[in-house]
Amino acid sequence: MPIQGLQAENLHLWRGERHVLDGVAFTLPPGFCLHVAGANGSGKTTLLRAVCGLLYSESGRVLWNGRDVSEDLAGFHSGLIYIGHEPPLKSDLSALENLRYWLGVRRRLGPTLLEAALQRVGAGAFRDRPVRTLSAGQKRRVALAALSLALVPLWLLDEPTTNLDAAGQQLVGTLIEEQLARGGLVLAATHQELPVARERVRRLELAVE
Amino acid sequence: MSNVSAATGQPLALAGEEGGPRPAPASMLDAARLVLLRDLKLAFRRRGQLVQPLAFFAMVTTLFPLAVSPELSRLREVAPGVLWVAALLASLLALEFLFRDDAHDGTLEQYSLSGQPLTWLMLAKTVTHWLLTGAPLALMAPLAALSLGAPGASLPGIVICVAVGTVALSLIGSIGAALTLGIRRSGVLLALLTLPLSLPVLIFGARATELAIRGAAYGAPLELLGAMAILGVTLAPLAAAAGVRISLE
Repeated sequence: MPIQGLQAENLHLWRGERHVLDGVAFTLPPGFCLHVAGANGSGKTTLLRAVCGLLYSESGRVLWNGRDVSEDLAGFHSGLIYIGHEPPLKSDLSALENLRYWLGVRRRLGPTLLEAALQRVGAGAFRDRPVRTLSAGQKRRVALAALSLALVPLWLLDEPTTNLDAAGQQLVGTLIEEQLARGGLVLAATHQELPVARERVRRLELAVE
Repeated sequence: MSNVSAATGQPLALAGEEGGPRPAPASMLDAARLVLLRDLKLAFRRRGQLVQPLAFFAMVTTLFPLAVSPELSRLREVAPGVLWVAALLASLLALEFLFRDDAHDGTLEQYSLSGQPLTWLMLAKTVTHWLLTGAPLALMAPLAALSLGAPGASLPGIVICVAVGTVALSLIGSIGAALTLGIRRSGVLLALLTLPLSLPVLIFGARATELAIRGAAYGAPLELLGAMAILGVTLAPLAAAAGVRISLE
């Protein structure tokens, strides 16, 4: 199925008294990255969670391939991966086991695929260590391995470059560019600059209320 | 699985090049199996959490004869009640851990975004929970029953009653555990929510056990326990999934 893109129309979301998302709208065609920028507390995470359906917006809608995602939420979900600012890893399991259980729920993954993905992000050396013993940057790298394993058109990344060294940040850029080159879409919320070619990036600036 | 990379000979190309072989989507059974394996593995890496409810059950049921009376006829009278109250509280003790860690580290979030039905994954988690608490309780029940003066002939019946009853308890508990996810120090609230719903299990479980000890037919109350377990299988995962979704907001 050809991917036509992601659209958000007039998203409004309240958190108690705070109007966090105030009519946010964007259009993202395939092969483009949306850089969601803004100060702390401007609602970057909220926007990402509202787009993928973890949060319900009070009004507005999200369209995937021209159709309202609430019509087929499971179908929409199987085409996206969301990585929050804490990588969803179990501290008592190894990096390899974590990926196996996390992504195995979506796809049948053999050990070779898992190992290749971990090698790719420079996590091969510590794949069998319990995640508890890994540094924040190493955990982030393990989470990045999930991106290439999920093989989905839409990536939603919350602060993908935090805790990473220079080479790691460059890796995030490379992974995103590869995703865009094969016609995927990326939503990345970060207040840093994204290490991605500018002509592929659209910018959405959120303001603090 | 391994043939995927053998076909390309270039595992790195999997990073999703179009035209490359794509691993097949996981079926619902694959997903449930992985949820189950993950929880079992985690439980055995953290044995303390696993042992706690079982130790509680063993302590209550073995201390009772010491405190009440060593007289068998009197013990036999209180045995069903002691057995079931201890089983109920032990399973309640284990409930707090059912979803808590998964909620903290974002696993539940990933489950709900996996494209698999969350209800189904919740059922898999609850089944695992029963394997880790209900099943061991059922296996320990004969020991406890013997120390409470139950005759040997009644033991198979007691095991079956506890096994079926704890299925219902795990399922009822999964609703309470999901609903109290967003709350800190949820222990008391969890007990308040779960205990009233568990009372029928306690009543019919104790009744079936009492009949088994007396050597009478215990089929009728056991069937009611089974009915509660089946009702739980069909409804509890739905409620638990809804509770988890609310907690993610």
